[in-house]
Amino acid sequence: MYGNLSFDIAHLLAGGLVLVSFMMLYQDRLYALINTYALHALVLSLSVAWQALVQHAPHLFVTAAIALGFKAIVIPVALHRIVKRLGIHRDIETVVGIGPTMLAGMGLVALSMVVILRITPDADPLAREDLAFALSVLLLGLLVMVTRRNAVSQVIGFMALENGLILAATGARGMPLVVEISVAFSVVIAFIVIGIFLFRIRERFDTVDVGALDEFRGERQ
Amino acid sequence: MTIDVSLFLWAVAALLATAVVAVALGRSASASRLVYGATLGISVVAVVMLMAHLVSAPGEISMVRLPLGLPWIGAGFRLDALSALFLLIVNFGGAIASLYGIGYGRHEDAPHRVLPFFAAFLAGMNLVVLADDAFTFLLSWEFMSLASWALVVSNHRSEDSRRAGFVYLVMASFGTLSLLLAFGLMAGPTGGYAFDTIREMTHAPLTVAIVFILMLFGAGSKAGLVPLHVWLPLAHPAAPSHVSALMSGVMTKVAIYGFIRVVFDLLGEPAWWSSAVLIMLGGATAVLGILYALMETDLKRLLACSTIENIGVIFVSLGLALAFRSNAMGWAAALAFTAALFHIVNHSLFKSLLFFGAGAVITATGQRDMEKLGGLIHRMPWTSFAFLVGCVAISALPPLNGFVSEWLTFQAVLQSPDLPEWGLKIIVPAVGGLLAFSAALAASCFVRAFGITFLGRSRSPAADQAHEVDRFSLSAMFILAALCLAAGILPGFVIDALSPITQALVGGSIPPQSNAPWLSIAPIAESRSSYNGLLVFVFIAVSAWGAALLVHRLASRDVRRSAAWDCGFPDARPQTQYTAGSFAQPIRRVFGTLVFHARETVDMPPPGDMRAARLTVETRDLAWDWIYTPIARGIGFAAIRLNRLQFLTIRQYLSLVFLALVALLLVLALWT
Amino acid sequence: MDLIRDLFVQGMQMAVVLLLAPLLTGFVRKIKARLLRRQGPSVIQPYRDLARLLRKEAVLAENASWLFRVAPYLIFASTWVAAALVPTFAGGLVFSWTADLIAIIALLGFGRFFLALAGMDVGTSFGGIGSSREMLIASLAEPAMLLTVFTLALVAGSTQLSTVAALMSSPEVGLRVSLGMALVALIMVAVAENGRIPVDNPATHLELTMVHEAMILEYSGRHLAMIEFAASLKLLLYLSLIACIFIPWGIAAPGEGPARFALGAAAYLAKIGIGAFCLALFETAIAKMRVFRVPDFLGAALMLGLLGTLLLFVSRSL
Repeated sequence: MYGNLSFDIAHLLAGGLVLVSFMMLYQDRLYALINTYALHALVLSLSVAWQALVQHAPHLFVTAAIALGFKAIVIPVALHRIVKRLGIHRDIETVVGIGPTMLAGMGLVALSMVVILRITPDADPLAREDLAFALSVLLLGLLVMVTRRNAVSQVIGFMALENGLILAATGARGMPLVVEISVAFSVVIAFIVIGIFLFRIRERFDTVDVGALDEFRGERQ
Repeated sequence: MTIDVSLFLWAVAALLATAVVAVALGRSASASRLVYGATLGISVVAVVMLMAHLVSAPGEISMVRLPLGLPWIGAGFRLDALSALFLLIVNFGGAIASLYGIGYGRHEDAPHRVLPFFAAFLAGMNLVVLADDAFTFLLSWEFMSLASWALVVSNHRSEDSRRAGFVYLVMASFGTLSLLLAFGLMAGPTGGYAFDTIREMTHAPLTVAIVFILMLFGAGSKAGLVPLHVWLPLAHPAAPSHVSALMSGVMTKVAIYGFIRVVFDLLGEPAWWSSAVLIMLGGATAVLGILYALMETDLKRLLACSTIENIGVIFVSLGLALAFRSNAMGWAAALAFTAALFHIVNHSLFKSLLFFGAGAVITATGQRDMEKLGGLIHRMPWTSFAFLVGCVAISALPPLNGFVSEWLTFQAVLQSPDLPEWGLKIIVPAVGGLLAFSAALAASCFVRAFGITFLGRSRSPAADQAHEVDRFSLSAMFILAALCLAAGILPGFVIDALSPITQALVGGSIPPQSNAPWLSIAPIAESRSSYNGLLVFVFIAVSAWGAALLVHRLASRDVRRSAAWDCGFPDARPQTQYTAGSFAQPIRRVFGTLVFHARETVDMPPPGDMRAARLTVETRDLAWDWIYTPIARGIGFAAIRLNRLQFLTIRQYLSLVFLALVALLLVLALWT
Repeated sequence: MDLIRDLFVQGMQMAVVLLLAPLLTGFVRKIKARLLRRQGPSVIQPYRDLARLLRKEAVLAENASWLFRVAPYLIFASTWVAAALVPTFAGGLVFSWTADLIAIIALLGFGRFFLALAGMDVGTSFGGIGSSREMLIASLAEPAMLLTVFTLALVAGSTQLSTVAALMSSPEVGLRVSLGMALVALIMVAVAENGRIPVDNPATHLELTMVHEAMILEYSGRHLAMIEFAASLKLLLYLSLIACIFIPWGIAAPGEGPARFALGAAAYLAKIGIGAFCLALFETAIAKMRVFRVPDFLGAALMLGLLGTLLLFVSRSL
């Protein structure tokens, strides 16, 4: 019974992460997107914590705590501030409409299901499903980055992608804490870099639309 | 009692004789009544014989070989379970169209352009279904195509008809070419053209794949599979309405018959991907067809586009049947195949009904454009009632027949997680969603068709002065409406009648239904799914009637007529009503930009300018833009390049011929 | 004897939904009013409205046809039949095999078809706008609903509602992502189908924002009463559906004693009460969206349904 329930809950949480990724695709307001990202991180930390419990791997609790503390609280709050300071709480300028984006998302989920389930026919079912979900989350994060013009939402897409990586790592019988810390650091650094970058774009071009960069480089007239 | 196939050949001969007589009668006043009477009689006799056959000996096979056609095989004809069903559809459709024609034909401008071809068209469709060898099949197919082409261009003075005729002729020739190649491949080098010979041969997988694709082109182009559908919304409406009904309701079914005959019966076992192709094409066809229909404002073109949708639904079920069959899931294959056949029967019923209704509207008002109709429910109460039944049926709503086949299709979709192929696992649920989507859009489309045409206030003087059509047309419509209801509330009998066919073609059948308690249907087991059209009908009828009775008895039954409320702004001008274009606007905005590249341009004059503001909507058919226009351009380009060949010297011509001969000989030498 | 008892249960069920539906509407209105710090009308106000409307004479527009007069009864009948087939306090209804979940959805579609036609009958611009938008919403809500049904049917191996409910109350179902997705999708569809905020506002008479109210603008008297009644029934139906699938505990199994029936009835009332409260809370908390935002909302429901189905299709082979 316990094994069954543990599978169910892990499955539920991982699937929930995919669901929240879809919710991110659906949002067209920056604040809502940031809040959804916070939810994303929360679900991730729950999922990691559950894995820690099931796998008896206490170091995963640290990962969960990092996810909860940094990604679900600190980063969203910081992003909220950035958005407020930049005064860009209006609509996200999506490149493609929400409907086609969601359709593409469905296609990506189907693709990752087929790929993972086909190449790992004899792995543990828990790991298989987890991997499939993780790949979906990763691809959906990429999709968020691709379909948004706004740099803040691209940052969020990038971090959602990273959440997918962590899900994959914890599902596959844990990842050494060192790696995890380095990943967390890299994210923070990326976050800081992009944050500074944002202000720089803003200073120079008076917009955070990354399209402005293309224009500057002469890629688009 | 077994009915011999030669009896049907006599019926065909009688139809051909009628065609000859019709030519002889020419423009005489009684010609149309005589000819339609004759076709009606012949078709009714055929229907009666078929019913006797289906009741007494459904699985019985009867064959005959006539010394016609190719000298070494003659012309073979065969009556088995599958051809009996399609013969029934053809002849019933013929009978009801003839009945309608007796009334409708009176308004025909040039009956001598319609009558001979009408009888010949019926004969051609009968022959296709009866044919038992490739030669006879192709000949009959071409005969059917040409007869219907003649009917499409019967109104040759109109530019639209001529264009429709041209596109139809090109597509039909292309389809026949594909069929010719398919049969050539199946017959192989030994030239076994008889179907029996083909059936016994085993084909290489590559041959099977190529034949399958050729059949998709050949039968799909006649049935209206996307992207081979472009001719259909042009050609079907161009013919007189009862012929449109035959083309949409029956001829597309004959095309599907050809597909089933080859793919399910003659060809052996296609690879699994072919079912995936079929399912995806079907799903795309269903959604695109109904979206086209939603954009149309011409009533008959709308109906023709909705035919495309229904063809898509049928092909999805056929694809599912093929997938189940190749995985040896006999009962699931039988379920999907039954759904396909049931939908074929249903569509032939309600599409004929709707085309008859459209014909009645045209007779009464002379208008096909819905934007100029409206309010006909007051002027044509009977027609509107019959049309409403057809609309409910085609929108897949209980308790009518369209819902039953849709329901069976969904049940078949729900059996597909057990399929082992990964591709199918992903495709089938997505296509199930597409089917549900197309069913919902169909409801929207027919609310629009009925609401704009029959409800509201009349938008033109012609619609204002319409009156009810003759009783022949009405009786044809009401027979069809009654059958739609009967097939909807007693589906068990239809399913049982189809079971010999599923047994023969997919090697399984669903449990007998007609002896189930309360006449409900349960294709797998009652605990899994069941539906009872009869009880649903009775419940709705009783509770609606009971509620009305109680309210009238106990509460009030007073009625006062007054001006419309309309939020306090009643406007007497009918132009302020919602039009067909405005009804479809939300759907066009949501889906049209993606599917049709729909573009709206508003031309708003500046203040002070007295010019009227204009809203122009442009929708494009991507199949034309992406497939046909490049092909046409390529052909034009090649033609210009080859133009030079017309101005060569005789010596150059001779050397061309000589080189071609040598090249062919070389090929022959290297090949063998 | 069994048959008589089953018929009695079925009859009770039909009566219960009929009696409870206006109460539910009144209850939701009351809670919404209280949440806005208003007193609000009494919870039995809908009954009084219905009685008043039924007694009044019906005013018909001059060019209203027979369809306009027949449609209210057809809408009411199809909704009632559908509602009578969803288990409320007792499972194993005697006529449950008449229509499975797919057919129940199609029955609601039947009602909507006639409602949309009735909206177009008088030939006013408001009726047309309502019908057109209703059909747009339905074109996405119906497939979303069907995909939800697919998800449930794949879990339960049946589209039969009583079988699904019986299976969902057994412990072997466990927690499943796809069921969660189906629940979310079903709630979104229910919100849209019943014309609640954020899709449509049941209380509005501001012309350009209304969908359902625009279609029934020309109705009055007993006809309006039937349509309002059908709308209440539909809301009850969706709540009962969600309750019997996702919180199936307490539903009396067929053949159990009266005590269990009483328990089932109490549990049902509690579930519907909680559902109504959540609905009122949800409606008070958010704003209505633009009409052309609705397709995105329903598109999300559709995607959820599809995702749930897809997951089950795939995990069936694990």
